[in-house]
Amino acid sequence: MTLMRDDEVSASATPVEAPVEVISRGRLVLRRFRRRRLALAGLVVIVLLYLLAFVAPVFTPWRYDDLDYAAFLSAPSPSHWFGTTKIGEDVFAQVMRGLQKSLTIGLLVGVISTSVSAVVGATAGYLGGFANRVLMWVTDLLLVLPAFLIIAIASPWFKGANWLVFVALLAAFNWMITARIVRGMTLSLREREFVLAAKFMGQPAWRIIATHILPNMASLLIVDATINVGVAVLTETSLSFFGFGVQPPDVSLGTLIAAGTGSATTYPWLFLAPAGFLVAFVLAVNLVGDGLRDAIDPSSGGGR
Amino acid sequence: MREQLPADENPRGTDEGGHRRVVGYLARRLAGYVVLCLVATFLAFTLAAATFNPIGLLRQRQPPPPEATIQAKFHELRLDQPIPRRFLTWLTGVLHGDFGNTWQGQPITDELWRRAGVSLRLFLLGTAVGILIGVLLGVWSAVRQYRPSDHVITIASFVILSTPVFVLGTLLKYGALEVNDLVGSDYLKYTNESTPGFEGSWLASLGDRLRYLIVPTITIALFQIGFYSRYQRSAMLDVLGSDFLRTARAKGLTRRRALFKHGLRTALIPMATLFGFGFGLLITGGVFTERIFSWHGMGEWLVQGISSQDTNIVATVTLFIAVMVLVSGWLSDVLYALLDPRIRVRS
Repeated sequence: MTLMRDDEVSASATPVEAPVEVISRGRLVLRRFRRRRLALAGLVVIVLLYLLAFVAPVFTPWRYDDLDYAAFLSAPSPSHWFGTTKIGEDVFAQVMRGLQKSLTIGLLVGVISTSVSAVVGATAGYLGGFANRVLMWVTDLLLVLPAFLIIAIASPWFKGANWLVFVALLAAFNWMITARIVRGMTLSLREREFVLAAKFMGQPAWRIIATHILPNMASLLIVDATINVGVAVLTETSLSFFGFGVQPPDVSLGTLIAAGTGSATTYPWLFLAPAGFLVAFVLAVNLVGDGLRDAIDPSSGGGR
Repeated sequence: MREQLPADENPRGTDEGGHRRVVGYLARRLAGYVVLCLVATFLAFTLAAATFNPIGLLRQRQPPPPEATIQAKFHELRLDQPIPRRFLTWLTGVLHGDFGNTWQGQPITDELWRRAGVSLRLFLLGTAVGILIGVLLGVWSAVRQYRPSDHVITIASFVILSTPVFVLGTLLKYGALEVNDLVGSDYLKYTNESTPGFEGSWLASLGDRLRYLIVPTITIALFQIGFYSRYQRSAMLDVLGSDFLRTARAKGLTRRRALFKHGLRTALIPMATLFGFGFGLLITGGVFTERIFSWHGMGEWLVQGISSQDTNIVATVTLFIAVMVLVSGWLSDVLYALLDPRIRVRS
């Protein structure tokens, strides 16, 4: 803006401009996200699925462990919306129950693994030296270990209330790659003036990491958490498919799909119901994650 | 020996150590991988040895075996020794080519080579097809960005990536069934890896194996295609907007030549790291594919080993997987070094 002398100001013919709207970054991201219809559709699907899984069982006449002796392997009908299994369980109730389990596990693992990777990556990057070497060595080691194998071997411990152990193990094998990315970004943030100012003011390291470094990576962490939810659901379902995840008598989408795979040509609803919901959820999560990433990245092509 | 220009005439500085540096870099990566391999196998062995209880399984047999047998088995499996010592015994055996026995006494080594052949056949073919088609689709998609073909490929990739392998495999099985019915033949097979008791020339038996290979290979390849095409698309998009490509066009290269000769090679550089990582993903996917199509490969063996509480099987399969990941990771390092000339100048 050029500086004008006092007598020039009144003479200049600048029209009265509308006050400039300063929009916060969050609102900007939201606006860009709303423009991408696929991502929006994905978000709607996710919300609907969560509502369906936790609210719908209240309205259905059958519970997931009820056995209807009058209807074995019956096709979808008004009384059994998704049909019944070989021993008379209502498939809809089972799918909802499995969906509850899978959605909960997915959400928990996504949040936990992103948090762990944020803390580990930022600490390694900020402190440097010995801490950095140790943490990176642990990261490399966990990357090499076959996650499937370890969780499979540990699976007998997941019975009953111990499904949290399962969640912990899933999260433990999911944080490594993001931790490296966070560490890289911390290395560049470490030399910025506001971080140095905080350091010289005497703030302890953990405070600097929590209040200055991590909030600057919020967008990366949000996208990562979203994607991790999808990956976690897929991993959990895969393990449950083999019987190494959620243990009977509890059901998950994986166990349901495993039960339905054998008879999928003859009794397709046993397979298609859980598989369909699984694919729908993971697809929706992937779309939302992709949309978020495009909305946050200022250089990606406009509002297409 | 290349003639060396004096440093001030050669704008890149001397490249004398260049090739030696690359070899040194690759050798160091290899050494690192071998160490990680051993550590991973040791950890898997320890976990398995600590958790498994084959003696418990033995006791549950009907009729219950006499105590003397149980004690004999206990000593045979060296269960009284500390776990690191058991690992070392097993490892020394491995270095002599003997992978030990299952706890029921069957030798593992022959089983290993047979099953490895079955699995590798599937994985290598699936990966090759997946990488080739994935890269091509990614490039095509990037070149035709935002046109209908790009949207179709993008959405298809998303859907495939969101479908777990066991769902995809099952769906393809039924697809094969439908195709067989439609055409009225029995060509596409989806159980086992070859016809039992097949007699014929080498070529005929190859043709027979092919029938069984098609559907499982498509299952593995589809996932890889979805994965690589997404990343290749974004890598290619980065390259398409770059200056050097514009310069190549301005200098008169046709679009196709500029794209393939200069653009693709640069876009492949980040993909080289991904190929190694993708093979690791493939192994887990391979386990499901083997299960669904009843292939008697390493994946099935691993699940069997865990169910039957056999430490040696678990350790062997872990070593196999670790070596596979090592080889693919190292090959991708080699590819990276070949594609990216900056490696030769940096140390």
